Amino acid sequence: MVDKNQQVIDKTLEQEYKYGFSTNIEETKFEPGLNEDVIKKLSKIKKEPQWLLDWRLKAFRNWEKMSEPTWANIKYEPIDYQALSYYAAPKQLKNDSLDDVDPEIIETYNKLGISLNEQKRLQGVAVDAVFDSVSIATTFKKELSKHGIIFCSFSEAVQDHPELVKKYLGSVIPATDNYFAALNSAVFSDGSFVYIPKGVKCPMELSTYFRINATNTGQFERTLIVADEGSYVSYLEGCTAPMRDENQLHAACVELVAHKDSTIKYSTIQNWYAGDKEGKGGIYNFVTKRGTCLGDNSKISWTQVETGSAVTWKYPSVIMQGDNSVGEFYSVAVTKNKQQADTGTKMIHIGKNTKSTIITKGISAGEGQNTYRGGVKILKNAENAQNFSQCDSILIGDKCGAHTFPYIDVNNPTAKMEHEATTSSIGEDQLFYCNQRGIKLDDAVSMIVNGFCKEVFEELPMEFAVEAKQLIEVTLENSVG
Amino acid sequence: MIKIENLKASIDDKDILKGINLEIPAGEVHVIMGRNGSGKSTLANVIAGNETYEVDGGNITMETTDITEMSIENRALEGIFLCFQYPVAIPGVSMAYFLRSALNAHRKYQGKEEMDALEFLNKAKAILSELGLDDSFLKRSINDGFSGGEKKKSEILQLLTINPKLAVLDETDSGLDVDALRTVAKGVNKFKNENNSVLIITHYQRLLDYIKPDVVHLMIDGKIVKTGDMSLVEKVEKDGYSWLEK
Repeated sequence: MVDKNQQVIDKTLEQEYKYGFSTNIEETKFEPGLNEDVIKKLSKIKKEPQWLLDWRLKAFRNWEKMSEPTWANIKYEPIDYQALSYYAAPKQLKNDSLDDVDPEIIETYNKLGISLNEQKRLQGVAVDAVFDSVSIATTFKKELSKHGIIFCSFSEAVQDHPELVKKYLGSVIPATDNYFAALNSAVFSDGSFVYIPKGVKCPMELSTYFRINATNTGQFERTLIVADEGSYVSYLEGCTAPMRDENQLHAACVELVAHKDSTIKYSTIQNWYAGDKEGKGGIYNFVTKRGTCLGDNSKISWTQVETGSAVTWKYPSVIMQGDNSVGEFYSVAVTKNKQQADTGTKMIHIGKNTKSTIITKGISAGEGQNTYRGGVKILKNAENAQNFSQCDSILIGDKCGAHTFPYIDVNNPTAKMEHEATTSSIGEDQLFYCNQRGIKLDDAVSMIVNGFCKEVFEELPMEFAVEAKQLIEVTLENSVG
Repeated sequence: MIKIENLKASIDDKDILKGINLEIPAGEVHVIMGRNGSGKSTLANVIAGNETYEVDGGNITMETTDITEMSIENRALEGIFLCFQYPVAIPGVSMAYFLRSALNAHRKYQGKEEMDALEFLNKAKAILSELGLDDSFLKRSINDGFSGGEKKKSEILQLLTINPKLAVLDETDSGLDVDALRTVAKGVNKFKNENNSVLIITHYQRLLDYIKPDVVHLMIDGKIVKTGDMSLVEKVEKDGYSWLEK
């Protein structure tokens, strides 16, 4: 049995990354290096107002004084920030019509299963496609604008809605928040912007599809979502990258602002290239995601399915400022081969009767290392705050690891806290049970893993739940020896 | 149906089965009784192909097929069904999904068309009602949070749904109250017919009050030392096993 399990793992490791192709296309790309001139040049290309350039430069000056965090349970070669290029964009730039987008790029997204043609899209899903440093196309814009919803690239938002961008940018993640957030604030090139007006329930899923193509380029996107009073939005991001031998840096920032009585549901399916069997190449995914429940009765819910990247460092968090506000974090993180993930959440309870839920599922195979790091903080005035945390890990094979670091800080005696954590192996007994019923080994593995992740998949929008399930199956398929 | 010849098996170099010979023809119910540690459960597991055990010699033949070297799932598909002593929980996987996958794996192997969800549901519900079980059983995660009795009933539900050629009941009666014991017996009696076989492994007589065996085997130290009829069961209940060791 042990030998057979080893074969399961070995086959898993051989699984190829099917989004690993690259697009051959002419790009405008900055020379490697980072200094104030680079930031000025970037800001100029984007025709940004002075205040934004000043904001970037302030962030950069701070970043220079900061040092890279070392507390995470991850190991990687030092990043040479001067060896990276901070801007890459297809030469043929974005236009209002898809006809003007380079067909190579449209083909790239088609291959990824993302049609930018509105007629061919899944009904009820609008897409913003970000290719390297720039947004290529945003679908269903007109339809959405009928409801007063703004869904566009970040660069467009800076031009068309500067007052909103100025008001909210950095309001949740200050430019100097942490090393990678400061870097992002200095050099972010594009991303998505969403504004849902008062009382509007967004009629379709909004999504952004991030693609890294260029070599030696960092991707630094910035997403900002504002839900005004009484509104609702469900947003999804997907990510892939070509297979390349060198590591690539992805340092994004996502800020969410939920006003009174509003709900933001943010789902991620992250499938960046994870590197090869020996751990060569792959994306460094160092991401800061945070939302503020600014108003009473507001809710922010993060759901993430993380299967890609060589190294993941990511803690989508919620600050529950309004009374009765709710923060949720649902996560599935898979590490195989030599992948490392240090991921979790922070739930900060400020308002009264605030409630947070954390459910995480870590799956480790091969030599993968999976760390859950979560903080729950109940501030002094947060009367009757409640938190429920459940962190489960499953191990496939005997060379991988699962680690749990919960931090709990309670400053109000009325708080109710519950924490559960389990670690188990995919039992030989579970596999034997399935096999004895005639179910093949690889089907059994994917059945057990999918069952393990069920509580999280149930939180994903329907279309994406299916995608996530298939992604897990593909990741762990071909497992019969 | 199944023929076992001079079967030897060990775990961690410790010999457990020391030459088992056993033949169960179609239409018969056989019982193996023995003390703890005599190798009864090992035999059940080795028949099912559990690779925790090393097979050191002998043959297992299902009808005309030698299955000694066959994988666990292929033996299952050839018609061997093990009612587990301790069925394992698989959280998040519904009974309905699991059982339909198992059934369709068998149907596919037999060259039959796979059953769709609705057809399956009707079939499963009919079996549940015969066993006096609630439909909600199908929605629950496999064995997750099940009581001892529910776990055994779940095994019987699976037995009747998959309808194998040989059912091996590994101490299915242990730890059951009378009601659960009756349900299990009812299921097994419903299952058996002249084309299939049942092998019951047990410590006690009580299940045999409900299921009448055709042949009784007594096992000591990895060997079948005595074969006979129901009267052997009565003797063991009365005198234990020590008389066999003399």
